[in-house]
Amino acid sequence: MLSKPKKIREIYFDHAATTYMDDTVLKAMLPYFSKNYGNPSSLYRKGREANGALNDVRRTIAQLIHALPENIIFTGGGTESDNLAIYGVARAHADKGKHIISIPIEHHAVLHPLDDLAKQGYDITYIKVDGKGLVDVKEVMRAIRPDTILITIMYANNEIGVIEPIAEIGRELLKYRKEHNTAYPFFHTDACQAAGYLDLDVEKLHVDLMTINGSKIYGPKGTGLLYLRRGVKIKPVILGGSQEKKHRAGTENVPGIMGLAKALELSQKNREKESARLTKLTEYLWKELEKKIPNIKLNGPEIGDKRLPNNLNVTFMDIEGEAMLLYLDEYGIMCSTGSACTAESLEPSHVLEALGLPYEYAHGSLRFSLGHCNSKEDVDYLMKYLPAIIVQLREMSPVHLEKTNIQHPKLK
Amino acid sequence: MPKKVIKKENLSGEVDIRAQGGGGWLYSDTVKDHFFNPRNFMHYGEEEKFKFNGMGRVGSPACGDEMVLWLNIDEKKEVIKECRWRTFGCGSAIASTSVLSEMITEKGGMKIEDALKIKPQDIMERLGGLPDRKVHCSVLGDKALQAAVNDYFRRTGQHSRVVTAGAKIIDKDLNITDKDIEEAVLEGAKTLEDLQKKLKIGIIDKASIPEIEQLLKFYQEKYYGV
Repeated sequence: MLSKPKKIREIYFDHAATTYMDDTVLKAMLPYFSKNYGNPSSLYRKGREANGALNDVRRTIAQLIHALPENIIFTGGGTESDNLAIYGVARAHADKGKHIISIPIEHHAVLHPLDDLAKQGYDITYIKVDGKGLVDVKEVMRAIRPDTILITIMYANNEIGVIEPIAEIGRELLKYRKEHNTAYPFFHTDACQAAGYLDLDVEKLHVDLMTINGSKIYGPKGTGLLYLRRGVKIKPVILGGSQEKKHRAGTENVPGIMGLAKALELSQKNREKESARLTKLTEYLWKELEKKIPNIKLNGPEIGDKRLPNNLNVTFMDIEGEAMLLYLDEYGIMCSTGSACTAESLEPSHVLEALGLPYEYAHGSLRFSLGHCNSKEDVDYLMKYLPAIIVQLREMSPVHLEKTNIQHPKLK
Repeated sequence: MPKKVIKKENLSGEVDIRAQGGGGWLYSDTVKDHFFNPRNFMHYGEEEKFKFNGMGRVGSPACGDEMVLWLNIDEKKEVIKECRWRTFGCGSAIASTSVLSEMITEKGGMKIEDALKIKPQDIMERLGGLPDRKVHCSVLGDKALQAAVNDYFRRTGQHSRVVTAGAKIIDKDLNITDKDIEEAVLEGAKTLEDLQKKLKIGIIDKASIPEIEQLLKFYQEKYYGV
C-alpha cells in the first residue's frame, strides 16, 4: 500500500454533485421551520406572514434573473423543474405538434422524460455535439420543423463543463418566430450547473423556461425553481392544490425556498469574483496534472470561456475510474468518475460517449468540480498522492492504449 | 485482517457489507485488503523474468474489465506453482484477481483440475461477498484461469484437453473457438495471418477459414470500428 499522510484531510472536489450549505443560507431558513411555520395558503396571520415571506423572496429571485415574480415556480429540485418543463410543454401543446429538439449530453432529468415522451409518440431530434461537447447553433435552427414545440438545451454540462450557446440560440429563435409569425418552438434551458457561475438574465438568454437547482449553489437539497415566461402554457405534473398558480401543487417548502433565494442571491453576487478565482485554481490543477502524470487527456473544452470555471474532467489512460476513486477516498479526497463501475449505474458516461470518445476514455475518467472551500493547498494535497496512485494502478493494468489506436465504434 | 465468510445461500440477496459507523465502505475488509495490497500482480520489469507456460487474457477495456493471467505449471504434477496477473477494472475486479491468485497458489499450489473447478461464487465467498451490482466484475477470474490453462494445454500439445464451455468451436483440429478469435483480435490481431500466428488456426482445418475471416471482420468492427 502506498504511504499515507499522518493526518487525512477532507478534500471535496465534487461540487457538481452537490454543495454544502452556506451558513447565511441556513440562517435565512431557520425561522421558517418552527417559528414561522404557517401555510402560505392560510388566511390567518401565520399564513399571511408565510405568504408574505414567500412573495418577498419570489420578487428577489425574479430580479436576479430579470423576470417577473409570477414567472417563478418553486419546485422540489432541478429534476422536477426539468420534468415539469418538458412534460408541461409537451402535454399542453401536443395539438400543435409533437416534435422536440435536444442534445445527447443533457442530464438524465431531461433525457429520461424525453425517452418517455418518445414512447408516447413524440418525435425527439438530438443534435450532435462536437468533440468538445458544443452544439452548433445553425444545426439547431435547421432541425426546427412546423411541428416543433420545444427546444431543450442545457446551459452548461455537469460532466465536462461545456457551456452551450444559449443566448445565440435564443436570438436566432426570436428571429425564426418573427419570420414565421409563430410562438413556437418554446425554449427551455437547464441551468443547474451554470447558476453559480454564469449570467442568468432570461432576457439576455431569450429562454422561455429555465431550471435552477438549490443544492448546486450552496442552498438546501430538495429545492429548485422553474422560470416560466408569461404566456407559455404548461400542464402541471403534480396535481392537487392550487399553489404556484396551479403549476405545482403541494404546500410550499417555505424554509427551503427561503434558503434557495438566499443561495441564489449570494451566488449571483459573488459569481464573477468566484469564477475568476476558480478558473485560476482549475488551471493550476490541470497544469500540475499535466506536469506530473503522463498519458492523460482533458475531456471537454479547453479551460476558458467555453468551460465552467470549476470543472475539470480528465481521462487517465489504461486504468479504471472506480479504482482511482477508492484510492483517493482513502486519502480523504472526493471526486467522481464517468466509469461504468460507479455505484449508481453500470453504463459508462453518456456524455463522454456523445463526444465520440471510446468507452475506454469514460472508464478512466475523473471529474474534479471545485468550489468555495477549495484552495491551492487542496490541489497540492491531491497532487501529493494522485501520481503515485496512478502509477500503482497502471502497473496492475494489462491495458496500454497508446500502443493501439482505438476509436469509438460509432465514429466511422 | 478478519476473514468474513458468507454462506453461499446469502449471496444472491443484498449483501450488506457496509461497515457500521463513520468509515462506511461498499466493500468488505477482505476486498479492501486485496485491493490496497494486491498479491502476485506482475510488477513492472518482471515480465521478462517470470517463467510461465500458460497465459490467458479475457475481457476488454471497452467493456470495463480486462484481465491477464500468467501461470507457471509444474508439468509432472500438474500443479500451479506460481502465477502473476494484471487487471484493468474497478476495485472488485482487482480484488477478485488478487484473491484468485492466492487461492490457486497457496499451500504448495493447486492442481489444474481443482483450479478449473473454481467458480465466481467461490471467489466472492472468499472475498466476504460483493454487492449485487459488482458480481459481474468478479466473473472474469475463472474465465482467465480457463484461458490460461487452455493456453498451457496448447503449448504442451494436449489439444484434446482444451475446454471451451459455451463457445463455438471453429477449428476442430485444434479446438479453437470464436472466443479465442475474439481475444486474439483484442490483443491486436488484424489479419488472418496474425490469427494464424497466434492460434495456428485454420492451418490444418482449412475448411474453417471463411468462418474465421467472417469472425475476424465482426470483432474488428465491434472493438475498433474498422
